[in-house]
Amino acid sequence: MYQIVKKEKLSDKIFLMVVKAPRVASRCLPGQFIIVKMDEEGERIPLTICDYDRNEGTVTIVFQTVGASTERMALLNEGDAFDDFVGPLGQPSELCIEENLEETKKKSIVFIAGGVGTAPVYPQVKWLKEHGIDSTVIIGARSKDILFYEDEMRAVATELYLATDDGSYGFHGNGCQQLQALVDEGKKFDHCVAIGPMIMMKFVCLLTKELGIPTVVSMNPIMVDGTGMCGACRLVVGDQVKFACVDGPEFDGHLVDFDQAMARAKQYKTEEGRALLKQQEGDTHHGGCGNCGGDE
Amino acid sequence: MADMMVRVPISEQDPKVRATNFEEVCLGYTEEEAVQEASRCLNCKNPMCVGGCPVSINIPAFIQEVKARNFEKAYEIISESSALPAVCGRVCPQESQCEGKCIRGIKGEAVAIGKLERFVADWARENGIKPKNTSTPNGHKVAVIGSGPSGLTAAGDLAKLGYDVTVFEALHEMGGVLVYGIPEFRLPKDKVVKAEVENVKALGVKFEKNVIIGRSITIDELIEKENFEAVFIGSGAGLPMFMHIPGEQANGVFSANEFLTRNNLMKAFKEGYDTPIARGKKVVVVGGGNVAMDAARTALRLGAEVHVVYRRSEAELPARAEEVHHAKEEGVIFDLLQNPVEILVNEEGSVKGCKIIKMELGEPDASGRRRPVEIPGSEYEIECDTVIMSLGTSPNPLISSTTAGLETNKKGCLIATEDGATTKTGVYAGGDAVTGAATVILAMGAGKTAAAAIDAYFKNK
Repeated sequence: MYQIVKKEKLSDKIFLMVVKAPRVASRCLPGQFIIVKMDEEGERIPLTICDYDRNEGTVTIVFQTVGASTERMALLNEGDAFDDFVGPLGQPSELCIEENLEETKKKSIVFIAGGVGTAPVYPQVKWLKEHGIDSTVIIGARSKDILFYEDEMRAVATELYLATDDGSYGFHGNGCQQLQALVDEGKKFDHCVAIGPMIMMKFVCLLTKELGIPTVVSMNPIMVDGTGMCGACRLVVGDQVKFACVDGPEFDGHLVDFDQAMARAKQYKTEEGRALLKQQEGDTHHGGCGNCGGDE
Repeated sequence: MADMMVRVPISEQDPKVRATNFEEVCLGYTEEEAVQEASRCLNCKNPMCVGGCPVSINIPAFIQEVKARNFEKAYEIISESSALPAVCGRVCPQESQCEGKCIRGIKGEAVAIGKLERFVADWARENGIKPKNTSTPNGHKVAVIGSGPSGLTAAGDLAKLGYDVTVFEALHEMGGVLVYGIPEFRLPKDKVVKAEVENVKALGVKFEKNVIIGRSITIDELIEKENFEAVFIGSGAGLPMFMHIPGEQANGVFSANEFLTRNNLMKAFKEGYDTPIARGKKVVVVGGGNVAMDAARTALRLGAEVHVVYRRSEAELPARAEEVHHAKEEGVIFDLLQNPVEILVNEEGSVKGCKIIKMELGEPDASGRRRPVEIPGSEYEIECDTVIMSLGTSPNPLISSTTAGLETNKKGCLIATEDGATTKTGVYAGGDAVTGAATVILAMGAGKTAAAAIDAYFKNK
C-alpha cells in the first residue's frame, strides 16, 4: 500500500497528492511518470511526476478529474492509500540528465505549461535551477481560478509569465500568444518544452516550427501497463511508430502526429460518455484528451 | 469393463453456453473418472512420458497413486518436480510432450496425463494441502525477476534448497503471463493462479509487486545495495509485434497483449471494474498461435463475430489442437491462407474493415514449414470494427539495456547457456526472455534448470 501523506485541492478539478513510494522516489527524474491504481477495481492511471523527495521517500502527483476513475481518486484523503503505485516509468527529460549538463547550460530554454501540464513542467524547472541553469516559464490556463503552482514556479523559474484565455490574470491570451509576444519583444529562445493538452502542444509546435525553436513535448496517451507490453500508447513520430511509455513520454514535438494522437486518445470515449461529461462540465467542457480534459 | 484403448471422456461446458461466459471450459475429472483413467497407465519400466516432460515429473508414479486413491501422495510426487501443477494440467501442450510419448497412444489414445495432473492439483487445493519445505535456510539471498512460470519455478526450487528468495514483479498481480495473457476460461485466476502463487509463498518465497527492474531499481543495485548474491531473470517476452501495414494506428487496432491484458489482468469483462475494453461487433484476429486463439475466444465471449485470419493452412496453425477445436466449437470462423494487407479506416480514425489477400503454400522456409505466398489480384475487403494483432512478442529491452555486461542476440533475447547462465556472473535467465515467445512449461523447465545451476554456482563459489 502507498499512503497519501498530503492532499491539496489546487482548483475546482485539480488535486495534488504526496504519496509515500520510496522505491520510486529514490530513482525518479523529471520527465518520468508513474502509474497509480486505487484498488482492485481501479484502472491503471499514468501520471507524470510533479515533484519528489528522496529523503522522505515521497512522490508528488497532480491530476485533474475527467472521468469516473479520477473522480473516485479525488475522494481519497490524507491517510488513505493506493493499492498500487509503480515507477518511475519512461525516459527522463533530456534536459535533466547529468551527462547532458554542459549541453543544457548552453541553451536558452522556454517552458510552456498548459493547465494541468504545469505539474510536469515544475520538476524540470526546479532541477535546472538546482543546477544553475536559467529558464523562462509560461503558464497558460483558461482562467485565473484554474491556474496553480504560481508561487512554487516563481521560486524556481528565472522569469515567469502567466497567461489566461479570458484575461482574468496576467497576459490576456494563451501560451502561444504569450510566447509570440516575448519573441516580438526581442527575447531569444533556442529550446522549448511544451506540456499540456494535446491541442495546445500541437499549436505550440506549429508556432515554434515557424519560429525555428526546437520543441519537446510530453505525450500522455492511453496506456495499460506502462512497460512496453500493450502498445496502446503507440504514436507516430516522424516516420516511426513509438511507444510513449518506453520511448517517451517526451518526443520531438515537430515530428509528432498530433491529429492521430488526439484521435487515439478518444478511443474509449463513447458518445454517451462525452454527452455526460459535457452536461457535467457545462461551460468548462473542453472535450476529451483522456487525461487532462482540456482538449479541443 | 471400459474400453482401455480410449480415454475416459472429460466434461466440458456446452460450447453454446460457454461462448457467452468466462467460466472455465473444461470441468475436470471426478474422483471416479480420475481413478478409472489412471488405471489405463501401463506403469512402463522405462517410462517415455517422463522424458517428454520439461520438468521431468515422475508421471507413472503419481498415476499409480491416483489409481490407488492416494491423492495426497500423488500430489507430493508431482510437487517434487513442479511448482504449478494446476496450471500445467490446464495449459501444457501435453499432446506433443508427455502424452505424445505414451505407449498407449500407439494403438489407442494416450493416457490423459494432463487431466490427471490437473485433477491431483485441484484435489490438493480443495483439501487444503500445501507443498512442504523441509530445507534449512542457508542465508544466501537470490532475486528472481518476474513472477511468471519460469520465475515461480526457479523461486520455488531455490526456496526448497534453502535460499532466501525474493520475487520482483513489475505488474500489480503475481503470475506474469498466467494472469495477463491466458484468459479466465482456460486458467481461472483466483482459484488456480493465486492458489499456486500462495503455494510458492508457503515455501518461504517473498514477493514484491510494482517493481520494474531497470526502472525502479537495476540488477547491479540489487546486487550492490540490497545484497542479492545471484539473480534469475524470468522477465518473459512482453513486447508486441505489429504488421507495419497502412491503417494500423487506427482506433480499433489492438495488440493481442493489450486486448488480453485489459480483459484478464484488468478484468474489463467483469461488472464493476473501471478499465474499458472494445466490445467489437465483428473482430478480425490476425495470427494462428495460442495467443490468437485466446484473443479470438475472448472477443467472442464479449459478443463479437470473430474471424481468425492466418496466412498458412490449418495444418500449420501453431496453436494447440485443443484450442483450435474449442474455438471452432464456440463459433470462431477461420479464414486460412489469407493475410491482411491494409486496415481500412473511416473519417473518425476508426477501423471500418480490412483488405485481405489470399495466399498459397510454396516451398518450405527456414522453419521447415511451407512458405505462404500471396496470390496476385486476390485481394478482397471484409467489414470489421476491431482488428487484434497476434503476431508474436519479443523480450522487453528494459533489463538488458540497463545492466552492464548482460548481452542479447539480434532478436533481443538474453544470451544464456543451457543451464541459464548469462554473460554476467551470478546472473541467470530462462523462459521467453531467453528463447522468445514459447510455452509455460518450457519456461518452467528453464526455471528449474537455472535454479539447479544457481545452487551449483553457490556451491562452487
